[in-house]
Amino acid sequence: MGTPLLELRGINKSFGPVQVLRDVAFTVHPGEVTALVGDNGAGKSTLVKCIGGIYPIDSGEYLMEGKQVHVHNPRDAASHGVEIVYQDLALCDNLDIVQNMFLGRERRSGMILDEPTMEQLAQQTLASLSVRTVKSVRQRVASLSGGQRQTVAIAKAVLWNSKLVILDEPTAALGVAQTQQVLELVRRLADNGLAVVLISHNMNDVFAVSDRIAMLYLGRMAAQVKTSDVTHSQVVELITSGRSGALGLAEEGAAA
Amino acid sequence: MSATTTNSYEAAKVATPAKDDGGLWGYLRNYGQRVRGGDMGALPAVLGLIVLSVIFSVAQPSFFTAFNFANLLTQAGPIVVIGMGLVFVLLLGEIDLSAGYASGVCAAVLAILLTTHGFPWYVGVAAAVVTGVVIGLLLGFLVAKVGIPSFVVTLAAFLAFQGTVLWLLKEGTNISVRDEVIISLENEFMPPMVGWALGALTVLGFATTQLIQQRNRRRRGLPALLWQVVAFRVIGLAVLVGLVVAVLNEERSRNALFSLKGVPIVVPVVGVLLLLWTFVLRRTAFGRHIYAVGGNREAARRAGIAVDRIRISAFVICSAMAAVGGILAASMARSVDPNTGGSNVLLYAVAAAVIGGTSLFGGKGRVLDAVLGGLVITMIINGMGLVGWSSAYKYIATGIVLLLAASVDAFSRRRSAASS
Repeated sequence: MGTPLLELRGINKSFGPVQVLRDVAFTVHPGEVTALVGDNGAGKSTLVKCIGGIYPIDSGEYLMEGKQVHVHNPRDAASHGVEIVYQDLALCDNLDIVQNMFLGRERRSGMILDEPTMEQLAQQTLASLSVRTVKSVRQRVASLSGGQRQTVAIAKAVLWNSKLVILDEPTAALGVAQTQQVLELVRRLADNGLAVVLISHNMNDVFAVSDRIAMLYLGRMAAQVKTSDVTHSQVVELITSGRSGALGLAEEGAAA
Repeated sequence: MSATTTNSYEAAKVATPAKDDGGLWGYLRNYGQRVRGGDMGALPAVLGLIVLSVIFSVAQPSFFTAFNFANLLTQAGPIVVIGMGLVFVLLLGEIDLSAGYASGVCAAVLAILLTTHGFPWYVGVAAAVVTGVVIGLLLGFLVAKVGIPSFVVTLAAFLAFQGTVLWLLKEGTNISVRDEVIISLENEFMPPMVGWALGALTVLGFATTQLIQQRNRRRRGLPALLWQVVAFRVIGLAVLVGLVVAVLNEERSRNALFSLKGVPIVVPVVGVLLLLWTFVLRRTAFGRHIYAVGGNREAARRAGIAVDRIRISAFVICSAMAAVGGILAASMARSVDPNTGGSNVLLYAVAAAVIGGTSLFGGKGRVLDAVLGGLVITMIINGMGLVGWSSAYKYIATGIVLLLAASVDAFSRRRSAASS
């Protein structure tokens, strides 16, 4: 199974006296959807923010394509092709789709904004993701539905030749049909060769699109397995107790 | 429940094919949809202008004369220019209550340098604008870096600048401005031929940029405006500019001894400022970032935009434009006194921007709004004066118009929220 795109080894992260991540290992392969699951407070968001360079890691190795890299801020992460789509979508309602996708990284010719180029690139990106639900890329984001907004946020992340796209609960606020649309889009990202990390609380979503599942339990990686190798109830057990049969963390009591 | 969602999903799919042209009719229908969706643009201001001109022309025939039209344009100058600056601050969802007295302070600086110290006009103008920039830096710093709400910062500045004007003018003397260049801004007119030439240049420039833009879009296979629509716009502008220049080039003097005709000099001055700031807002990354910060500050921050810098520069632009407005006010009155930029100048300027269609909630607005809204406000002041109504009615009417404009703003915001 080739070199993983992202490999984390022995990641530790504390906020003051509280250790949020403990010796976490995590691998993500290109062309795959890796679901990151865990109960509230298990450390999913912290892990994602460490990958995205928002929090510096205390110790551990961060490898991209087999090479160790140092990520100190979001700019570093972006330069390695890591893009995060946050739950609150961070789109400007008063701007249109093109303007949002290029926000902060506008194409210019001289001093003037190069609108035709940006519009073309935005269209191409949406087309490459087979997005057909958007009528015009010059629509204001305010007029879009929740699913369409999520689509724009994802397309914005893809636009920058990213290699790894991390989606933080992309379907949390969506209806049934829109969830379906976004999940199809997530699958398509991976089929286009990107590495995708999907954070979700919804087991149906996880089993519907993911190739692998990584389970965090109280700041530790309980298990990282192929989706086809586990059942629904095993995953739930791993999330809630950190172990399930032979899978999961070693019994704490044995060491004590 | 799931059945209905599936249906809407299907419906969304069916409606997907992009319809780029339905002819001129489709363009108009699109416009109608936008208006009903709460995006009214310049419509209320333009309707206001038409209704007001009809009312005042009926009530007082001297309103509808070339003489009064020229008056109206010069009267609108300071309000429009200060309003243009306010658009930037309003776009961020902030307010600058001190812009009126800031213009007074800058006008006082100008008058003192010109009249008391005898400097040439360009030194005075530069000093006034620099004063505006410094004021803007201070206000912006207090709002963006210290984190005081702009309402409070600029309310404090409103009082402080009122005092500053008094102090600069030695407790209320009136400094007259005699510099010919400054005076000419609001009191002189261009020779008719120059008016025609500038008008033609404006239309030609507009037509050229439109044609180049649309041709570029076509060449790249992007949806472009129909040529009929482009032609409609260009011809519309040409007719408007032609009418304005023709009317202003008429002889307005009732005295056979001297002639009074031509476009007021303030018109091209405002025109250049309008072009400059429209270009900045619509065609540069800086302008885009102003809209972004006004629309969603957190999104702008995450997109790597230096939010604080954008906010400070908006206040700088606002105060610098207030300085220009102050210069025009000094020119119009031929003097500066403690009331320059005071009383209702600020409210008129805010009203101008809002009536034109700039939102008080941030993120929506154009520099052109201040021009259209400023004309509406000036028309009310001017028309009621001619009809002979007292100041009491003028104030009440202006207040009502401002409230009306703010209601339109709130209403269209609700509309666009509901339609999403």
